[in-house]
Amino acid sequence: MSTPTGTAAQRKAPHSPTRTDTAKARRRSPTRVNPALYLFPLPAVAIIAFFLVMPTLQAFQYAITDWNGFSAAFNYVGLDNFVRAFTKDSLFTNALTNNLKFVLMVVIAQTAFSLILALLLTKNSRGSILLRALFFFPTILSSVSVAFIWKFIYDPNFGLANAVLGGVGLEALQGSYLGNNAQALYWVAVTQVWFHAGQMMVVYIAGLQAIPRELYEAAEMDGAGRWQQFKSITWPFVAPATSIVVAYTTVQSFKAFDLILGIAGNPPKQSLDILSTRIYSTFANSEFGYAAAQSIIFMAMIALVTWLQRRLLRLTPKGE
Amino acid sequence: MLASISRRAILGIYAVIIIVPLTVVGFGSFKSTQELFAGPFSLPQSLSPANYAEVIGGQDLGSSFWNSVIVTAVSVPVTLFLASLAGYAISRLKGFMAWAIFGFLVLGMAIPAQANMVPLYVLFGRLGLLDSLTGLILANVVSTLPIAVFILGGFMRTLPKELYEASSIDGTGPWRTYVSIALPLSAPSVAAAAIFLFVIHWNELLYPLLFIQSPGNRTLPLALLSFQGEFQTNYPLLFAGVILASLPVVVAYVFLQRYFVAGITAGASKG
Repeated sequence: MSTPTGTAAQRKAPHSPTRTDTAKARRRSPTRVNPALYLFPLPAVAIIAFFLVMPTLQAFQYAITDWNGFSAAFNYVGLDNFVRAFTKDSLFTNALTNNLKFVLMVVIAQTAFSLILALLLTKNSRGSILLRALFFFPTILSSVSVAFIWKFIYDPNFGLANAVLGGVGLEALQGSYLGNNAQALYWVAVTQVWFHAGQMMVVYIAGLQAIPRELYEAAEMDGAGRWQQFKSITWPFVAPATSIVVAYTTVQSFKAFDLILGIAGNPPKQSLDILSTRIYSTFANSEFGYAAAQSIIFMAMIALVTWLQRRLLRLTPKGE
Repeated sequence: MLASISRRAILGIYAVIIIVPLTVVGFGSFKSTQELFAGPFSLPQSLSPANYAEVIGGQDLGSSFWNSVIVTAVSVPVTLFLASLAGYAISRLKGFMAWAIFGFLVLGMAIPAQANMVPLYVLFGRLGLLDSLTGLILANVVSTLPIAVFILGGFMRTLPKELYEASSIDGTGPWRTYVSIALPLSAPSVAAAAIFLFVIHWNELLYPLLFIQSPGNRTLPLALLSFQGEFQTNYPLLFAGVILASLPVVVAYVFLQRYFVAGITAGASKG
């Protein structure tokens, strides 16, 4: 998001426009900017201002009230809602912990797995292209559909997972999956990776295909093994793709709202409650002020984690 | 040798993990509950559309299908139109104004839908947009406009300026230039954005869940969700619903597969 701003700023930075520059520019483009052009972005700007920016600012106002959404009275309660969220509301802190756990699991698993798939499917052979299309496929399904499919896989009595395990004589490994509170979140993480690994694989494939082949040939001549080639050529070169994958996966798994609601029901049980489902429950409970405060914490959380990642990922070696 | 065996093993196993559940769902949508539980992997005994009939008839999934069609069919073009207008202007305006407009529109990408759902609900309530498809369309447009501007504006900035200049020497106004030059030349990125938006709008759940109250105004994902509540373990019915909800996207994917990958990846790598 800061990229366009960054590049625009950089492009402007080297020299501030002097009078000769402006004159030159005017000579180069015979026409001045047509004022009618300012009308073009107007609808978009108006809609975003009125339906996105204004409500978001309003969320800050609601967050310091105890408003229930119906009464005319706004009681300003200061930061009470925020204090309540972190100190008195075990449902909220539970959702926060679940959410962070979930994000961490999905980011690690999905980044690693999508990179492995990409590495195995870099070559443009027919088989690879077919498998890429297959692996990408789940991404286009609705979260509710994916949730139902996996609810069936995990069903302790009739589910596919236990049927397969039973079929190959591994009854000992059969489980109750989502029914097991200690494990439920892991199994939803597995579903989330199934849902989106193919999408991230494509981002990685684009990164991998940009690596010049000669580098590997040279490395092979120097006697570098596969692991060494990966460490010193592949990994540094896919660092930019990795930051995209990690950043996108983080935001995506923070907002796994639909999937959780589909797989766990509405409202989800505590072991599967994450921030977005908690905010929704608070909202559905007519605690508008408190829900607004929670959503601000949610937004801050995403911003913080994204910022942290930017800092940390800068440490990975860049392809130079 | 060993490497190629393990490569095949990993790819093969993952292919199975994707294909098998989908096949079971497809077969299962034609089975009875008993038949499904007796042999989830077996072919259905008959291709009776009973489940589909029950899903469409009994649960107004039929009307929710059309609601989804209407919402998506309006949301996608409107978003594209507004975003391409803005993108076009940004690519032609210079300096601070272009930067400010772009920045303002794209900033919205940082605001997750859950963050402003309370105030948006209140605002929609005041404007009488609750429980209406118009409200859903508006919410869809607002939530995806930032990223659409990002994709289209980013592409339009790479179009050669000379083309615009040539046409303005000929005396064409900005509108004509937008229609006859900027839009046609941006066709690839418009198509990519269109598919990206199609998938998002078709599958959108949060806004219908927030805004829609009457069953007649439900969209498919919402109808499916409430459906699950009522038929806890009637998996064959759920499967028929899943198939109906996925069909348009899947059919489009089969034919436009390359564009889907390009479009959704553009959303991922730019979001």
